[in-house]
Amino acid sequence: MKQANRKWFLFTLALGALMLLGACSKKAAPAPPPPPPPPPPSPTASISVSPNSVQAGQSASLTWQTSNATDVSIAGIGAVQPNGSQSVSPTDSTTYHLVAKGAGGTQEATARLTVTQPPPPPPPPPTVSDSDLFSQNIKDVYFDYDKSDVRADQQSSIAADVQFLSQHANVNFTVEGHCDERGSTEYNIALGDKRANAVKTALVNAGVNASRVKTISYGKEKPFCTESNEACWQQNRRGHFVYQP
Amino acid sequence: MPPCARLKLRSKLVAAVALVLLCGVALPVPAQDWVKTGTSLGVEKVRLAVPDFKPAGNDPQNAALLKTFNDTLWNDLDVSGVVELVSKSFYPLQVPGQPPEVVFPAWNAPPPNAAMLAFGNLGVNAGRLTVQGWLYDVKNTQSPQVLGKQYSDAASDAAARVMAHKFADEIIFRLGGGIAGIAESQIYFVSDRTGRKEIWAMDYDGSNQHQVTHLNSIAISPRISPDNSRVAFSAITKTGWEIMMYSLDLNRLVNFPHQGGTNLSPAWSGDGTKLAFSSSRNGASQICVSEASGTNIRCLTSDKGPDVSPTWNRKTNGQIAFVSGQTGLPQIYTMQSDGTNLQRMTDQGYAVSPNWAPNGQFLTFAWVRKYGPGEPGASDIYLMDIASKQWVQLTHDAGRNDFPCWSPDGRHIVFQSRRSGKDEIWSMLADGSKVQQLTFSGSNTQPNWSWK
Repeated sequence: MKQANRKWFLFTLALGALMLLGACSKKAAPAPPPPPPPPPPSPTASISVSPNSVQAGQSASLTWQTSNATDVSIAGIGAVQPNGSQSVSPTDSTTYHLVAKGAGGTQEATARLTVTQPPPPPPPPPTVSDSDLFSQNIKDVYFDYDKSDVRADQQSSIAADVQFLSQHANVNFTVEGHCDERGSTEYNIALGDKRANAVKTALVNAGVNASRVKTISYGKEKPFCTESNEACWQQNRRGHFVYQP
Repeated sequence: MPPCARLKLRSKLVAAVALVLLCGVALPVPAQDWVKTGTSLGVEKVRLAVPDFKPAGNDPQNAALLKTFNDTLWNDLDVSGVVELVSKSFYPLQVPGQPPEVVFPAWNAPPPNAAMLAFGNLGVNAGRLTVQGWLYDVKNTQSPQVLGKQYSDAASDAAARVMAHKFADEIIFRLGGGIAGIAESQIYFVSDRTGRKEIWAMDYDGSNQHQVTHLNSIAISPRISPDNSRVAFSAITKTGWEIMMYSLDLNRLVNFPHQGGTNLSPAWSGDGTKLAFSSSRNGASQICVSEASGTNIRCLTSDKGPDVSPTWNRKTNGQIAFVSGQTGLPQIYTMQSDGTNLQRMTDQGYAVSPNWAPNGQFLTFAWVRKYGPGEPGASDIYLMDIASKQWVQLTHDAGRNDFPCWSPDGRHIVFQSRRSGKDEIWSMLADGSKVQQLTFSGSNTQPNWSWK
């Protein structure tokens, strides 16, 4: 009994207080609450690349600014200073992704550098084309049977060769001396040696630097033509030019 | 001309030329006739009977080794040029394998009518091959034995071959005027059977062919040293044609200095201390001489060349024959080994590849004697008496022949010939008879016979 009475007393008291309070609020503004602490400022971030398009192999300048960030990183580069710039030269187009983290949050920024592939390199000029030009322009020198002197009708070949060689002063080459099948092995190699040297001498006398010319004799060891007739033998009696890369 | 008349003419010529060559007297030789010549002609050859050796034992290897031995011995004696082998069809049915089995009247009277009898036996016992051989003078029944030999070695085909060679050389030494036989000599040559020209070697009868160099370049002109220790040859290297040296003791290349230019056709002096070769180190191809080590090189000729293919007079070491194109087509020349006293030996055509006979008196070389448009000239092997410049043609109507080389006994010449359709090595007696093909595989050229 005693406890029940007390409950009722408290309930009544609370009801009265509520009524009292409600009556008072209309009469006077309550005191302002204490101000909350200011929220941390959000980070800012920006990144740019200049120029934004380069050829492969060239470099561009990457520049970034952040504020309110404690942890700044760029994907692919790693942690960086809050503000800075760096030279980059990627081989492919790249998007630089800047992440600035601070107490106030995370801010991201991106900059894209477009890399264009350079035009295909010009064909390496000297070697390939010189070799082709050599085989297109150089004329072999043909000999009479058992002879190693450059005969009159071959002087035009020598002249053409000299002209080409003077225009392509970087070209080195070998003159191979060849013979037809009729002679003896050892004598033919000596004869081929004489033919190769006759061609070399003719070129050197016409102004070709001797250091550009090597000679070798194959005698009848490497025939161009293997039939046993004069047309074929003439093909095999020659000073043959071989380009030396 | 009926065959018998021709034969008579021929034998007269044979006798005449043999006399010329033996006496060194110059006589004009009709160039269009075939003649035989040589150092042993005009001499009656010994009639030698060689019945097959008999088996001694029943080992399963016996039959094969016996056949190898008998075939090798017969061939050695047949091609020796020293004896006349009595045909086996004349032999009695019972042939001896031991001295007591010799029935003298069955051999020293017709039909065999042999002066000499070689016989013996061969047996394999526990892996060892033993050969007993005798040479009997069957006309001398009181004291017939000229030779009695026994050979023993681990049983193999090669051993049977070597024993036959040794026994043949013993017989040839005794019946051939004390000149050592050649049955154990070697022939070096060039073969392309691997696809590249490499140096090869074989026994003098064509057996046991084997590759010596493996350069995979172009290797030519092998020349065996007089002591059989080294082979000099020429090959394309990074610096061009150079003289190369292969040691047969070490079975590998040994150092020989590169000369520059084109270096060809090495040739050993008779004492093995010097090499002559063709070198264009100074421009034109000249004949140069160096020590066998390649040092101290000096050139002997100074014409416009090309000069190539030297060969020493191995008897005196005082002369060198070589080929020169100084007047146009190549000709054979001789000079002193200091370069003096140049003598032109051939007067026309295309003459190459001289080789000096061991006795110092003869050259053999390849010659297209009548050369030029319309001339059907073939390259044939010739023999020339150096003192008289008298020559004799040894090959006839048989392809292109080149690179003749004397055997150590001076009785044989090995050469390359295209008579079979491609270049192969052949041998013959120095009178052009007993022609034998030694190689059959690939193209084989430039044979060089060992000096012993």
